[in-house]
Amino acid sequence: MAPPTVGDMLLSHGGEPSPTGGPVARWSVEQVLALAPDDASRKAGTRLGAAGPWTGTGRDATGGVVWGLCRGSGSTPYRTVVDTTGPAYSCSCPSRKFPCKHALGLLLLRASDAAAFRPGEPADWASAWIEGRRGRAAERARASSGGDTARRPADPAAARKRAERRAERVTDGARELEQRLADLLRGGLAATDRSGYGLWEETAARMVDAQAPGLASRVRELGAITGSGPGWPVRLLEECGLLHLLDTAWLGRERLPEPLAATVRTRVGLPMSAEGAPVRDHWLVLAQYDTPDGKIVTRRIWLYGRDSGRTALLLSFGAAGRSPAQALPVGATVDAELTPYPGGGQLRAELGEQFGVTAPAGPPPGIAAADAPAAYGTALTEDPWLDGCPVTLRDVIPVPSKDGWQVADAHADSALPIAPAALSRPGLWKLVALSGGGPVTVFGEIGHRGFDPFAAWDPGEREEDGRTTGGAVVQLV
Amino acid sequence: MPRTTSPTTTDPTTDPSATSASDSAYVGSVPWEELVTSALLGTDRRPPTPHGDPVPATDAPAALLDAAALHTVRQRAGLLPAVPEARPEPAVPDPRPALPEAARHRLAHLLADRAAPSGGGRRGATPDLTELIPQWLAAANRQGFRAPAALLPPLLDAARARTDLRPQALAFAGPRGLWLAGLNPDWKFALRGSASGALQPDTKDPDAVRRLWEEGLFAERVALLDAVRAQDPPAGLALLATTWSAERAEDRLMFLDSLRSGLGGDDEPFLEQALSDRSRNVRATAAELLSALPASALAGRMADRAMSCVSPDRTGDVVSIAVEAPHECDAGMQRDGVAAVPPTGRGERSWWLGQLVEATPLGVWEERFGGRPAEEVVALPVADDWAGELHTAWCRAAMRQRNPRWARALLGRPSAPSASGPGTGSIAERSKLLAILDQGERASWVAEFIAAHGLSDAFQLLGVCTVPWAGPLGRAVVDALDIARDGGSYPWSFSGVMGLAERCLDPAEADRLEVLTAAQDEQEGASPGAGGYWSEAFQRLVSTLRLRAAMEAELMA
Repeated sequence: MAPPTVGDMLLSHGGEPSPTGGPVARWSVEQVLALAPDDASRKAGTRLGAAGPWTGTGRDATGGVVWGLCRGSGSTPYRTVVDTTGPAYSCSCPSRKFPCKHALGLLLLRASDAAAFRPGEPADWASAWIEGRRGRAAERARASSGGDTARRPADPAAARKRAERRAERVTDGARELEQRLADLLRGGLAATDRSGYGLWEETAARMVDAQAPGLASRVRELGAITGSGPGWPVRLLEECGLLHLLDTAWLGRERLPEPLAATVRTRVGLPMSAEGAPVRDHWLVLAQYDTPDGKIVTRRIWLYGRDSGRTALLLSFGAAGRSPAQALPVGATVDAELTPYPGGGQLRAELGEQFGVTAPAGPPPGIAAADAPAAYGTALTEDPWLDGCPVTLRDVIPVPSKDGWQVADAHADSALPIAPAALSRPGLWKLVALSGGGPVTVFGEIGHRGFDPFAAWDPGEREEDGRTTGGAVVQLV
Repeated sequence: MPRTTSPTTTDPTTDPSATSASDSAYVGSVPWEELVTSALLGTDRRPPTPHGDPVPATDAPAALLDAAALHTVRQRAGLLPAVPEARPEPAVPDPRPALPEAARHRLAHLLADRAAPSGGGRRGATPDLTELIPQWLAAANRQGFRAPAALLPPLLDAARARTDLRPQALAFAGPRGLWLAGLNPDWKFALRGSASGALQPDTKDPDAVRRLWEEGLFAERVALLDAVRAQDPPAGLALLATTWSAERAEDRLMFLDSLRSGLGGDDEPFLEQALSDRSRNVRATAAELLSALPASALAGRMADRAMSCVSPDRTGDVVSIAVEAPHECDAGMQRDGVAAVPPTGRGERSWWLGQLVEATPLGVWEERFGGRPAEEVVALPVADDWAGELHTAWCRAAMRQRNPRWARALLGRPSAPSASGPGTGSIAERSKLLAILDQGERASWVAEFIAAHGLSDAFQLLGVCTVPWAGPLGRAVVDALDIARDGGSYPWSFSGVMGLAERCLDPAEADRLEVLTAAQDEQEGASPGAGGYWSEAFQRLVSTLRLRAAMEAELMA
């Protein structure tokens, strides 16, 4: 079957696209569940993802906004509206979870029972919120089209002064860190085994004081290496060397070429903003996952541009217990503008304007497993602190090895070990199941720890009528 | 370790602001292992020594770190692919068609709900999705769909946690699921469970059958015997007879059990011989199997014994049943499977009587009591309080001989109060007797029972009815639930029946049930808040039925 074209999608949504954008992809169950801030909400939301408690459900013409009334234990039902393009949620329930179980339930119902949502005019209570959002979005658009002046701080001189002061503090921090590293090497790494975490925690706190969060988090990671199994002194020395490299690079940043200097600023932890030239493309959403990082949750969304061939990473953050606001459905292809962040080999970008969904793009062309280490090597020339770089591997087979798994080239005699972090994830078994011992296309990160799979394309199976099923992206993290 | 050329042309390690470039260049030439030793012991104690000359103590740490950074980046940039291990044998292709899109999403939803931790507490108005997994799997298997590969891991996890899911889950998972389970020790159960399914022996090839029977593992042999027996009962018996005397007692017992399927007159000589087996359990099982064959010699011998104990008494105005329990359990009785020693607390004479009657073909009694049909025989008065003992034994006989006529008679009229016999008043026995009747009769009997007695005893009886419940049965259950609500108790007193109703009512009933979901005014004498909980429970019932209808429709698409 041919992939649905944009025209098909308009028809299947049963209406004209709204003036604010094209048709919006309906999220799948897995995608909705990925939005839940915690397991309890996921469970509660799943319970509400059936027609039972819902009345007055509807959607706008694009399918991007859905609403409904959810009967709870009280006498008045909760009013729930979700705008999936944000996504943004509104619910009259008192829950402090975000999104709340009612919003999740509404989206789950939408995912499993499209017929329950007829396009139409929203109820009064829903339209107030929707209009409010549209109004604010229009204002923002006006502000940004009015030129860059809006983004620039009011007083450039004062801002420059602030930046200089901060750079001085970071420089002091980097010098202090150099001194501490030198003392450490003088006394020997073996001594760190006895001093435990305290040494590193204190040093990390000093780096936080120096306003260099990038240095602080690297220092904290050093603390986890000590005594972390066979070969820890080697790993510790490697990381100490890279930290020293970052210190010296910061101290000599004036003599570095600009892309590398930007990389150093990013690595040290100075605030950066997306300021590159926007790239408009059809972006395939490859994976979206959250990692807890102290008190905050970091969400990573990997995108692949169909025309530019670029891989991009969207980062967003949320407080613990709240899932980061930005979300894109895995497997969808969105026509959107991305603004890249500065720095050599920088993948991070900011999501700009979205122009709707388009026909799903197929997997990237991909490279052979044997070429992946070289891709990482090339990326290191632009950012020597890089732990891994994204690649799409073509025709690989997951193979059990002595102490883990590999992905082996289906046609050649080479393989990549799967990174230890991926071995305990349920996604590994999804990858193995998709493969069934045959070749699959996998997207992931290749680094010095091995290959970390993020998403795979279902190779499907040949049906009797000659067509193959599958082709869908399956997230593995 | 493979190395490439220097990874970066703008290598910051050569930055002059750090330490003196000449020192780093020197230390960079020191082998990595020596650098690690220096770092581990401290440069004060073990300074790096390029070309044999120690680096000055003040510069040593920075020089060492420079060299370490250079080495690390170089090594990472020069990594080479690994050598592949032996690739696993690919999974056998699964010719079944892929699931429709909506059904695939539904399965993901059901499995995700199972995996999420239980919220605990009250269930509220929303369906319990986990309870619908068995139905979904059964329907998908009926339609002959292939499981989506990406959902195999959660499916196998679900089957690992719930043994009752395993047969359907493994059938659905198919060859790819089995292949996957072979790679993950967590899913070992799938390989065990499939011993009878996937390794189904080819019963067409007599040599292969013979070889497997003689050399196979115990589980393989049981599976083989079952397979042969299912196709050709006498051939199965013949296969068993070839090695019978050489088998161990426990194995003989298991193999004998396999004869239950396809049991017939041809088996009698073999079973009669087994009555003299060395093992008591084998003897008892052989006797039990023979007594299920009304024409067998054993059944005849038992009938003779039973008839000497139970006889018509015509002394009064009406015929009644006189019982004279056996006074001893002789060697002949014991050979025919009568256990001589009763369980604690039971008189031995009534124990023997029960066993005799249980093994006697039921048709004998109709003859003995003047050609009266079963209903009338069961209704005859029994002398000296033997009625309970005798009726219970008849119940067991009806189950063993799968005799619907007697089952019907012993069940009695469903509307009759249970204490006022004839027949049995025990719910457990009734549900077993019901299982002998055909499904339509079963459903209407239970429907009438519920209409007369309500739901308090209905749970077990409903359990033996075919899903979905036939129209009259469904209506009886719903009416009874409605009456229970009006009675003012809380719905969780009926949670068992409610749960069954959610899974077993015909989804088409949903519309008729809708009226019950409306909240009702608090009634006088009702438990506080009960009305709200009831309407919630009915909402859950209706939404579960709707969900089931949607599930079915998705799979038919």
